[in-house]
Amino acid sequence: MSNEQMTVVGGGLVGAAIAYGAARVGMRVRLLDQGDGAFRASRGNFGLVWVSSKGGNMPRYAKWSRDAAKMWPALHQELLDLTGVDSGLQQTGGFWLGFSDAEVQARADLLEKIDREVGGVPFQMMAPSELKQYLPGIGPAVVGGSFGPLDGHANPLMLLHALHAGLRAKGADIITGVDVAEIRHDADSGKFEAIADDGQSWKSDRLVVAAGLGNNRLAPKVGLSAPVKSIRGQVLITERLKPFLDYPTNKVRQTREGSVQIGSTSEDVGLDDGTTTEKIEWLARRAVATFPALAQARLVRAWGALRPLTPDGFPIYQASESCPGAYVATCHSGVSLAAAHSFVIGPWMGGLSQPPPDFDVFKAARLSDPNASFSYGH
Amino acid sequence: MDTEALFSIPQTGEPEAVTVTFDGSAFTVPAGISVAAALLVSGVREFRSSAVGGVPRAPYCMMGVCFECLVEIDGVPARQSCLVPVKDGMVVRRQIGAAHLDDASSGEEP
Amino acid sequence: MSNAEADLVIIGSGPAGMAAACEARALDMSVVLLDEQADIGGQIYRNIESAPTDRVDILGKDYEAGRRLASDFRNSGVRHLCGAVVWNVALDGSVDYVENGRSQQIVGRNVLLASGAMERPFPIAGWTLAGVMGAGAAQILLKGSGALPNGPVVLAGCGPLLYLLAWQYLRAGARVEALVDTTAMSAYVHAAPYGVAALRGWRDLAKGLKLLSALKRHGVPFFSRSSELVIEGDKQVEGLSFKRRGRSVRIPASLVLLHQGVVPNTQLTWSTGAAHHWDAHQLCWLPETDAWGRLGETPLYVAGDSRAIVGAQASAVQGRLAALAIGERLGIKTDAARREALLRQFKRYTHIRPFLNALYRPTDENRIPQDPGVVVCRCEEVTAGQIRRYVELGCLGPNQTKAFGRCGMGLCQGRFCGLTVTEIIAQARGAAPEEVGYYRIRPPIKPVMLGDFVH
Repeated sequence: MSNEQMTVVGGGLVGAAIAYGAARVGMRVRLLDQGDGAFRASRGNFGLVWVSSKGGNMPRYAKWSRDAAKMWPALHQELLDLTGVDSGLQQTGGFWLGFSDAEVQARADLLEKIDREVGGVPFQMMAPSELKQYLPGIGPAVVGGSFGPLDGHANPLMLLHALHAGLRAKGADIITGVDVAEIRHDADSGKFEAIADDGQSWKSDRLVVAAGLGNNRLAPKVGLSAPVKSIRGQVLITERLKPFLDYPTNKVRQTREGSVQIGSTSEDVGLDDGTTTEKIEWLARRAVATFPALAQARLVRAWGALRPLTPDGFPIYQASESCPGAYVATCHSGVSLAAAHSFVIGPWMGGLSQPPPDFDVFKAARLSDPNASFSYGH
Repeated sequence: MDTEALFSIPQTGEPEAVTVTFDGSAFTVPAGISVAAALLVSGVREFRSSAVGGVPRAPYCMMGVCFECLVEIDGVPARQSCLVPVKDGMVVRRQIGAAHLDDASSGEEP
Repeated sequence: MSNAEADLVIIGSGPAGMAAACEARALDMSVVLLDEQADIGGQIYRNIESAPTDRVDILGKDYEAGRRLASDFRNSGVRHLCGAVVWNVALDGSVDYVENGRSQQIVGRNVLLASGAMERPFPIAGWTLAGVMGAGAAQILLKGSGALPNGPVVLAGCGPLLYLLAWQYLRAGARVEALVDTTAMSAYVHAAPYGVAALRGWRDLAKGLKLLSALKRHGVPFFSRSSELVIEGDKQVEGLSFKRRGRSVRIPASLVLLHQGVVPNTQLTWSTGAAHHWDAHQLCWLPETDAWGRLGETPLYVAGDSRAIVGAQASAVQGRLAALAIGERLGIKTDAARREALLRQFKRYTHIRPFLNALYRPTDENRIPQDPGVVVCRCEEVTAGQIRRYVELGCLGPNQTKAFGRCGMGLCQGRFCGLTVTEIIAQARGAAPEEVGYYRIRPPIKPVMLGDFVH
């Protein structure tokens, strides 16, 4: 048990999960969230709970993703029991589909490498005839694919809803409409003060910066660095449809409500979260090539969302040395990693447990390595 | 069919008529009117069951804004019947819940 | 715009769109008009070209006035694409639409949005039952197919369209079981200050009074100042109950027609990212434009009821004024005297508006349901109680309530719930609707099939 007060800056999937993780082990937690018109990468999350192909260049991340997926069912059940909100977890495996022999081969090589380096990340390559047994509707353009038994999907918005409701159920404070302008640290008392642009302020013993794109500006205020770039992803969503797709694929999945989600692009366009005709058409064509029956599905919504991506696409989780008690957390897989954020990161950043083993690799220092090159991959 | 129709079209002169079926029952209606109007004057009270709660729904706005008048027309599910003019021989069905995809389980080009 | 195919692309063939097309063509501009309907006329002049004489007679002189405009439109030389469903309008003047199962794009040097009005939602208990329709919907049935209610019909709500429909039904020999009027007593008081200005629109006033006296003469049971309307029934409408002067009334009915005014269809303007403000008199969002209808510094203009509710005649004038302004921007010399004459016409046609807005202001209880079980988002079946719960969870605006509860995610894309959701949140937070905001509207602004993108 801790008597400390924690402030989490950022009420998206990452901040809310970490805050919930601290609140559920008894900490006094306060979550600061922006208003209705904020960018909110959480609203653009595709909803995959994915392990396959994660961490090809960072085995620790592959392991982290795998462990997070294994913790998900417990988070799902706990939030459902506590709040009545169903985050919609379905973990019966997922597919990646390829349109050329070259990319199928590259996929096989990657998955084999990860499983060899990390262990316990099974996969199965499949030819179209076998794929059709699981995904009867795939079209002739699909030449092969991979199946990841640990993969699955959930509803990112319901997860966010559940985390917020769970926070309230655990007695945490959620303050909305807040744009944090300044963070101060008093070296003598060790206390932090978060100050909003309208002058409101909140004091705490611990502080977590989990503000997505806002991390660029806010992390340095507590002696940390979290360089993230906004990379836009456009996503399409269809009308509700009768169930036809039993498994998620990484580009097309049918939600529990029946709507089909189709994604996504990777565009470097600054802070423009709009959609473009060109990409809408491109996504639609690719979806119909994957599942020809989707030609009859009606597009109801298209959106762009800004992923906060680190230069190498891997998370940053780091404790501040100059301001002890402050942390930064940034990643773009807020759904996949949600359970690990709640069960592991929350207590760590709450000062109630040690950081997970071999976590130094998630420090920002790796990004200043002059020998590394980055491509904002993810 | 359902009980008495909520609307009717007074006969004036010799209007051109077409025949459409709704869930198998045939109706003769004036040419050129919308499918929604045709169904309403033929006694259809419930056009669909809603996708979320399965409750009966019927047209509200008749101008393409409310999306309540959805029915299956000639095999295409969930069409806004207030925006589609009747054609002779049209096969219309009640829309039960969400739209379905044809051949979603065969992967063949539709 | 080097790849522009037309000087002006117009969306919508109601009075504003048709008049703008005629005016622009008279200036020799190249004009393309797109409309999703098969025939021209929008809602108010629906079926104007093919309505038989006896139906035109029933509908009245205002409807008949559309004939001249429709024929001018046909003779104007405009390129008319009917059955074209516009799904996106971009700031560079490109318009994406689907026609015959194919998505296509046309680029205009200028674009005029003229998508008109829609009926205001009427979220009361039971409003989603089969057999409940808008009065505007019933009028569309009358205009489009000559259909009349088969049995006794109950009209409920307020506003000129409601009384007009009752009058049209009487002329057609249909039986109006009751007219349940929700105009509040206080509305007469609030409208009084606008009465003098309304007198300048005396023709409109006289028309309205003639309507109401005709209804009285025909002995239509008129229940004024009614409140607490509840539509009863299990799967279909069975009756309407309400309170009047402290007493409960119940009228059995199989068909209930609701109406409490029309509001601008702002889906297109919101989707362009244009600024809108909440108008406290019209109780809806209005796009911010310059005097001629231009959205910011873009080549996009708005005219007609989708800019603000002004009625058919004023909408046509606005369309013409927008065309003149667009002509000026293209370097075409336009006649200042014509512009002045149109502006005077516009004033004349809108004298009555502030009075009507005040008098027929939809009451709070009919716009903002207190009963938690009332469905607010018809498509996703989200209730007023659920929206209030999301506000308790910290949602500040409709985009967050949409994320938490799916309201606004259905096929109607927020058209029928948007106003209600904004007002419920505003009331729950004790904040102004302006502060609460509206849904983020994005393309496609009408659902289109994925196959329409595959050629």
